[in-house]
Amino acid sequence: MRQGLSVAVATGLYGVSFGALSVTSGLSVVQTCLLSLLLFSGGSQFALIGVLGGGGTVGAAVAASSLLGVRNALYGLQLGPVLRARGWRRFAAAQLTIDESTAVAVSQPTPPSRRLAFWVTGLGVYVGWNLTTLLGALVGGALGDPQRFGLDAAASAAFVGLLWPRLRAREPVAVAVVGALVTTLLVPLIPQGLPVVAAALAGSLVAWFSPARSGGSGA
Amino acid sequence: MSTWTAVLAAAAIAFATKLAGYVVPPAWLEEPRTRRVTGALPAALLASLVVLQTFSTGRDLVLDARAAGLAVAVLALVLRAPFLVVVVLAALTAAGLRALGWG
Repeated sequence: MRQGLSVAVATGLYGVSFGALSVTSGLSVVQTCLLSLLLFSGGSQFALIGVLGGGGTVGAAVAASSLLGVRNALYGLQLGPVLRARGWRRFAAAQLTIDESTAVAVSQPTPPSRRLAFWVTGLGVYVGWNLTTLLGALVGGALGDPQRFGLDAAASAAFVGLLWPRLRAREPVAVAVVGALVTTLLVPLIPQGLPVVAAALAGSLVAWFSPARSGGSGA
Repeated sequence: MSTWTAVLAAAAIAFATKLAGYVVPPAWLEEPRTRRVTGALPAALLASLVVLQTFSTGRDLVLDARAAGLAVAVLALVLRAPFLVVVVLAALTAAGLRALGWG
């Protein structure tokens, strides 16, 4: 319970960054808040506004955002038998299925404590994330020229901050290096927004052909 | 209008993906290679987004104040700084350099 709430407070702090960056990427305050209410998956939200803000097409932005969210399906697979949610609760559980709620839930010792941890963390992060998104969006809107305040660099830092915790094993490091190289090579060569999709494909190929090991899903 | 399309389409796909984990037969997603690929996607995409956000302007590769911001962010992560601190330090670095007339 305490762990879930402290995670909620910590992620609430990214919400401020997301809200401010989203507004300075050209989204309205309403669009920014709807992303946090409806999409509710930090990495995917940052990806969407990053590609749109960088001049990429709608298709590329949606592709990057959606591919980044694929891991949530794996989390649902792990959580389904634990939560045993039916009816409207299943829809609520799906919406709250993100890195944080999954990580806190699966680290609990018993099924009842996993269920409690999931709902407390999921709802706590949902409320905190949405309130701080609104706060960030209002602050970002008041700042004006995003470059003057280094908000473009803040977006770079947000992506590297999201990537960092995933680099604890050799395979994700290799995948990240390939993703970065492919992107660097393709930026001058193909239309905006497509390099990120190519990087996803290249990273998938690396993972597909890498020698079989028992890797966790990295919740 | 197109921004609205992106917001609503991405939100709909994200929810469908989350729900899929609860309704799709587990065998579909539990094949080891499928798991490895879905596990690898975030690292590839986030690394790509770091490069795009830091070193590209349109279709040009550029080195400007954002790169310095990224370097400071990485240093802050090595020192285990919290997310918001990392982001704010990067912004301050880039803003400071621009105030001095570089990048």
